[in-house]
Amino acid sequence: MATVELDNIKKRFGGTQVIHGVSTAIEDGEFIVIVGPSGCGKSTLLRMVAGLESVSEGEVRIDGERVNEREPMARDIAMVFQNYALYPHMSVRQNMGYGLKIAGLPKSEIAAKVDEAAALLQLEPYLDRRPRELSGGQRQRVAMGRAIVREPKVFLFDEPLSNLDAKLRVQMRLEIRDLQNRLGITALYVTHDQVEAMTMADRMIVMNAGRAEQIGTPLEVYERPQTLFAAQFIGSPSMNVLDATMQDGVLHLGGATMPAPTTATGKVTVGLRPEHAIADPEGPLSLTVQMGEPLGANTLLHGRIGDGSEAFTISLPGVHHATAGERIAFRVLPENLHFFDPETGARID
Amino acid sequence: MVAAMNDRAAPLMDLETTGSGLCLRLRGPQTVANARALAAKLDQQPDSGAVELDLTEVGRLDTAAAFVLVSFRDRREQAGQEVTFTGLRAGHQSLLDTVARSLPSPTTEPKTPFTFTDALARVGEVIAGGVKFILALLGFLGLFLARLARTLRHPSEFRFTSLVHHAGAVGLGAVPIVALMAFLIGVVLAFQGSTQLRQFGAEVFVVDLIAISILRELGILLTSIIVAGRTASSYTAAIGSMKMHEEIDAMRGLGLDPATVLFVPRILALVITLPILGLVANVMGLLGGGLMAWIDLGISPAMFITRLVNGTDINHVIIGLVKAPVFALIIGLIGCHAGMQVRGNAESLGRMTSSAVVRAIFAVIVADAAFSIFFAQIGM
Repeated sequence: MATVELDNIKKRFGGTQVIHGVSTAIEDGEFIVIVGPSGCGKSTLLRMVAGLESVSEGEVRIDGERVNEREPMARDIAMVFQNYALYPHMSVRQNMGYGLKIAGLPKSEIAAKVDEAAALLQLEPYLDRRPRELSGGQRQRVAMGRAIVREPKVFLFDEPLSNLDAKLRVQMRLEIRDLQNRLGITALYVTHDQVEAMTMADRMIVMNAGRAEQIGTPLEVYERPQTLFAAQFIGSPSMNVLDATMQDGVLHLGGATMPAPTTATGKVTVGLRPEHAIADPEGPLSLTVQMGEPLGANTLLHGRIGDGSEAFTISLPGVHHATAGERIAFRVLPENLHFFDPETGARID
Repeated sequence: MVAAMNDRAAPLMDLETTGSGLCLRLRGPQTVANARALAAKLDQQPDSGAVELDLTEVGRLDTAAAFVLVSFRDRREQAGQEVTFTGLRAGHQSLLDTVARSLPSPTTEPKTPFTFTDALARVGEVIAGGVKFILALLGFLGLFLARLARTLRHPSEFRFTSLVHHAGAVGLGAVPIVALMAFLIGVVLAFQGSTQLRQFGAEVFVVDLIAISILRELGILLTSIIVAGRTASSYTAAIGSMKMHEEIDAMRGLGLDPATVLFVPRILALVITLPILGLVANVMGLLGGGLMAWIDLGISPAMFITRLVNGTDINHVIIGLVKAPVFALIIGLIGCHAGMQVRGNAESLGRMTSSAVVRAIFAVIVADAAFSIFFAQIGM
């Protein structure tokens, strides 16, 4: 149980800077998800917290203490890796107890802790098996067990679910979240999957090109994205983005006009989530359908907005049998419009 | 009908020879209907001297014809001949420009720069890379020695099981191949030596030839080369795949020092076993040489041994074996260092493995040359 503070963390590899100053304070027992596309520096950030990469500038504090110079072991953290990183020649029991054995704990204590963790993770039937005899999900549980037995201050997860199939991923997502809740251990979780980020995080850090674009709760990021990147990265299918003009409090968008509650004037970039489109024959906007994707609970319609050439997607509840070329009129509630500066991509309220 | 089409398709063009070259005066509509014929007609023109294309009397011009004209110009200009369009109307001009812009620019292969400065820069890069590698290796040597010293102070941290395992794998496992190789080298040396020495009636010196070359140089050098091929690659592959699967990161997370756990037992195993392998190679080399000398020259084993003991200084054996631990250190360090350079993909694992072998063999031979100079200087 601990707080983690990142104070203007920067990372340089030779001449290239990959992390441009990330700051945040993580509270005791909080579950933080770092999310971003590949190469955005999220794993590097986590590895700096773990002590596997040196920090070029800034400070990492665990429980208020600077840990920049400490070895990973001395930071009292436990990390779970994408490839599980289990020792193939050891049984599940040995794998889980290995860290404790190194730390020099008595055998009886190690056995007790391993049994406790195994019960927690439902690994009891597999304790004497080798990792290769286990499925991916079980291996990942062993890796987590190895982390749990050490009772660390902070859990670090580096894309732990990306090697699992979709169904197992959903199940493991819940298990990890449930486990972290019960143990109350501060956790940092790296993923490129925005669904994982939305469902698991207390707060998320949306990263892009070595910068934290937005730090906030999943709903905050979804409802009030601070940058165009955060707006498009979070949410599935991703937000539609269109160029538009604001004139005298009226938005000119896709050949239509509508009142809009914003301080923006002139050229703006407007973001519109597909699920916020409401089918309405009287609606000011229209979509020329090119393709429909019925998902059962809702239907995604891809096409062009109005007479324009800009690609647009809307998501309507239920099943819609739209044919290519059909025009569907829809409207959007003014509060569901997001405005961004076309130059900087920053949110305009 | 066909005649009519041909008629319509025929390009309307007058030829005129001017002072500096050729002037082609195009007339009427130039469109897709006669573009092919226009291209053919243009191709027929002698490709010498400047060409002037006069479009004053051209009515309609479309992109097909414009394409023909522009590509004709480009082709001629590439051959170093000037082509000018004259009498263009604004519309035609802009059409020609647009077509010219949309044509894909010819992809010319970038010339491989090889000026003197480039060559110099490349030499500099190679040298700087080499120096960097040597410094990194030196750092690795320091790390190994520091961890070794630490395990002397804290013997409980020492991985004895691991040491025995690796000693078995790199030492015992290599005995058959090393023994066979040394035996055959002894045979070859005896055979070649006897053929040459017989010309001078100095057959008996074949014993000295075999003894000195095997004990002093070949026994240990060839053993090291074989071990470099076998062991440096296996060290790189093993450590590299651990690095790839984040096992080394996990180790550090558990509080295990990769240098103590992975490098010290591996390098130490080599340092211990390579001199033994060298000794095996020496014995087998002499055996092979002695056998061949007996068969080919009739030098009896007793005579071979007498000659060997009397004629060969013990220094040769010492010089040979002194080199072994140094070669072992070089091979082990290069193997482990390359393993740690592996990045997250299988391709880099393969590249580092082969580069470890090449570097280890090269470094062993360089070290052997340095030893030769050293021993020559101190008069041994």
